[in-house]
Amino acid sequence: MRNIFLFIRRYITFFTFLVLQVVALWFLFTYNRFHRARFLGIANEVTGRINSQYNQVEDYFTLKEENRRVHLLNDSLMNLLPRNYMHRDSSMKMIQDSVPYDTLGNYRRYFSRPATVVYSTVNAQKNYIQINRGSGQGIKDNMAVVGSDGSAVGVVVNVSSNFSQVMSLLHVQNSVSASLKRSGDFGTAEWDGKDPRYLQLRRIPKTVDVKKGDTVLTSSVSFNFPTGYMIGTIEDIKLDNTTGMYILKLKTSANFYNLQQVHVIENIERDEQVKLFEETKKKIEQAKKSPR
Amino acid sequence: MSDFLRNMLRLIAFILIQVYVLNKIPHLHRFITPYIYYLFILWLPFSVPRLWLLVIGFLTGLILDYFMMTPGLHAAACVLIAYVRPFIIGILTPKDSSEFNYREPSPRAMQWTPYAVYVFVLTLLHHGYMVFLEWLDFGSFLDFLIKVVATTGISLLLIFTAELLFPRRLKFRTNTA
Repeated sequence: MRNIFLFIRRYITFFTFLVLQVVALWFLFTYNRFHRARFLGIANEVTGRINSQYNQVEDYFTLKEENRRVHLLNDSLMNLLPRNYMHRDSSMKMIQDSVPYDTLGNYRRYFSRPATVVYSTVNAQKNYIQINRGSGQGIKDNMAVVGSDGSAVGVVVNVSSNFSQVMSLLHVQNSVSASLKRSGDFGTAEWDGKDPRYLQLRRIPKTVDVKKGDTVLTSSVSFNFPTGYMIGTIEDIKLDNTTGMYILKLKTSANFYNLQQVHVIENIERDEQVKLFEETKKKIEQAKKSPR
Repeated sequence: MSDFLRNMLRLIAFILIQVYVLNKIPHLHRFITPYIYYLFILWLPFSVPRLWLLVIGFLTGLILDYFMMTPGLHAAACVLIAYVRPFIIGILTPKDSSEFNYREPSPRAMQWTPYAVYVFVLTLLHHGYMVFLEWLDFGSFLDFLIKVVATTGISLLLIFTAELLFPRRLKFRTNTA
């Protein structure tokens, strides 16, 4: 026993080294399960404060460009407003809350909140964007984030009380449901971790007619993103012969290098949609097990 | 200025430069990521005990990690170089001379060539290990090699520029001091 203690004391530095390495690697490899943990939230709060100080300075350099984009967005919002509403057959409905409906009886499906980017990177393989709104201002996980010119930017993945962390489209684990504007075919927009100016659009079968310059929008089958926000335009077309699917190179419409103002869009019915989805899956599983 | 205060200020400065300058500027190429924050660990005084070196290295890495949202990545690399540092210094400096005359590693304390080797080896270790961890998660082997070499190159360039621009005025310590 004494020898063991002597041995440990003799190599204490080495053991400390090993322990710290293991702790660091544990942080690294459990991050995805771990990122909702409390203390990352606290650290987020601290770095968020420093970041917003820095951002106040940086904002001055991009004011002009930002103004132009805000103006553009305001302009297009005039036309876009009806898109936030969807017709619902209310003939059978007994109780009606007047607030979430517009004058035509359409109900509100998406709700948007403005936010400012306080920190963002494009150089890593997992890029995150930090915004100055958190759970205290109504932000929840899985809300969609679009840029000030209406281009898709990312999805909220972690929230502290005053800041939230957004997984940018430039994240190797990110995949957003997308559709071609011209033909309406669905695919998945992903990032290969290489060039922050380009995304990849996969799972478009080769039977679809695709041209360079085609616009790609967020699809109507996404739980997070509302329909019709621009992801990018097709820059290059490649055919993957093994799968018979295209691998399309997309030029992102959002400029990730100078993001400033963003909108966080909440799908008010997301919980209901996800619940239905999960319950359907469970039901089918159970139906499979039970004898017919 | 006490050693502690001086090093605290250095840590803050290096982290801020790393987060708000080097990670912000558009990169020359996707393989080339400039890193300089770990120079803080290379510049720690000779007198820091080895156990403390590890702890300081771990914390330095962790602070940067929280800015970059990569918990553990830089911490692991920093702990590695903090562990290896005393061995490299032991090999490169003649015993009983510079180690006691100057407070911390610098070109003046160690001569240019040994200092360059010291910086080069630790830089290579830091980037090699860090890119390796990133690579386990994602990427191809050729990317890994090119990235290590390119990142090491740009970091060395930065470090030696920093050494030439800001020569640290280190007092030659005598018995009376």
